[in-house]
Amino acid sequence: MTAAISHFDIDAIRAEFPILQQQIEGNPLVYLDNAATTQKPKAVIQAITNYYTQCNANVHRGAHHLADEATRRFEQARDTVAAFIRANDRSEVIWTSGTTEAINIVANGIGQRLQPGDEVLVTEMEHHANLVTWQQACKRSGASLKVAPIHDNGALDTAAFTRLLTDNTKLVALPHVSNALGTVNPVKTLTAEAHAKGALVLIDGAQGIAHGGVDVSDIGCDFYAFSGHKLFGPTGVGVLWGKKAVLQDWPVWQTGGEMIARVTYQESTWGELPNRLEAGTPNIAGVIGLAAAIDWFNQFDLTAVQAHERRLLDYATEQAHSFDGLQIVGTAADKIGVFSFLLEGSHPADVGFLLDKQGIAIRTGSHCAQPLMQRLGVPGTARASFSVYNTLQEVDALFIALKKARQMLA
Amino acid sequence: MNLPGYEDIIEDLAFFDDWEQRYQYIIDLGKSIPKLAAEQKTDELLVPGCQSKVWLLSHTKDGVLQFQADSDAVIVNGLLAIVLAAYHNQTPARILAFDIDDYFQTLDLERHISPTRGNGLRAIVAKIQGLAKQAQS
Ligand SMILES: Cc1ncc(COP(=O)(O)O)c(C=O)c1O
Repeated sequence: MTAAISHFDIDAIRAEFPILQQQIEGNPLVYLDNAATTQKPKAVIQAITNYYTQCNANVHRGAHHLADEATRRFEQARDTVAAFIRANDRSEVIWTSGTTEAINIVANGIGQRLQPGDEVLVTEMEHHANLVTWQQACKRSGASLKVAPIHDNGALDTAAFTRLLTDNTKLVALPHVSNALGTVNPVKTLTAEAHAKGALVLIDGAQGIAHGGVDVSDIGCDFYAFSGHKLFGPTGVGVLWGKKAVLQDWPVWQTGGEMIARVTYQESTWGELPNRLEAGTPNIAGVIGLAAAIDWFNQFDLTAVQAHERRLLDYATEQAHSFDGLQIVGTAADKIGVFSFLLEGSHPADVGFLLDKQGIAIRTGSHCAQPLMQRLGVPGTARASFSVYNTLQEVDALFIALKKARQMLA
Repeated sequence: MNLPGYEDIIEDLAFFDDWEQRYQYIIDLGKSIPKLAAEQKTDELLVPGCQSKVWLLSHTKDGVLQFQADSDAVIVNGLLAIVLAAYHNQTPARILAFDIDDYFQTLDLERHISPTRGNGLRAIVAKIQGLAKQAQS
């Protein structure tokens, strides 16, 4: 871990990201696609390299020095994650390949218990990972999928959400933060409401985690899912956190090595948490890289990070208001990190392409939320999304590039 | 349908030396190609695999294939005009013999046609080639 940066020094932060130092088609790279994936600081790249150069070995099994060291770093990472999200118990942290797999572990488990008449409640702002999974689990079991509507500004219609909660609701799945709109959901109060009806609650934290300050104990949810790659960590690793009381007899996901207690040719018994939900050789380098990412992130004063991100979003919003023909998509009062928009008369794909030509990386399309785009009546959006290393100058660069795009498309 | 010939496009694009002029040309091309009427834009004509919607309409006349294409994104429309410049009003044999990759390379637009790029131009080309094969047999 590098020495703590006590004040918020943006140049020092940027210097830690080798990838940000490049030029795209002769322009400095302006990376504004952080909701898709964040870039990786040197500390993360180094941790992965160190693992492969110093202690690559399979975990939990070798009787040798390297295996011990690999296992130590691997299990220490579990402690790092547990502390980061304020879990009560390290065995509640299950390594997955990402948010998607984490959601599927929950869906697989609850899917076996769902019956006709049961209900699963999601929202209109779901990423496909937290929609298709439930839709299919409902189809298989005969349960019904209920969808809590949003207001036109992208905020959840909490009154409708409350009405849709019934005694038949077995599970509520909703995003902490919407990847397409940036809407922050009041997950703590919604969780309490769902619990009052006896439903389990899963929070899709893919976007929520990246902004820090997640406290699963305070939220009170039963499951929280996130991906390492949106938190400065590597791809291919993520976390399913679940309350021990819920997870300890959760239906197993994959079967194979590591997750068993005893095996005969005809029968097997399952191991304890967390192993029972972690079959096979895990993504050891990924796990170690994710812990390094959290250590790296933890060196900052969270209030300063959040204030910086807020400043970026506020500044972009302010610029947008004086930019002719720009419509912001998603204007919920509680919003973070995401600036989704349309240029009047232009397809987002055209806008994205012309920004790319100017070195500005944004995402265009439906953001894995096709039903949400239909609900909003848009063909998709252009989305700039911010992270700690972005600067106000980059927001300026975005708008300069947008001006050129607008002029070319006019 | 009034499209520039592909030799014209090669000549025009070679004339520009910065990306802005090149893409302004493509955008203007995209705006100038005839649009499909709303009722022609049916789901059957939709070519899957594009971020923007692309419709391709074709028919055979006197042994040549004729195409009309439309997209809700203007740069894609311009690229479609460039593709159709090569294929429109051609015999199936000519269509199948035409080296589209070489054409796009000459235009310095190969990134648009590369199989890794998800804008679906490749899907359009495959569709057109498939239609040419059908027409041949
Ligand atoms: C809100 C949300 N949920 C789920 C996912 C899926 O994450 P992953 O693809 O890392 O599994 C994403 C990532 O795009 C997301 O933004």
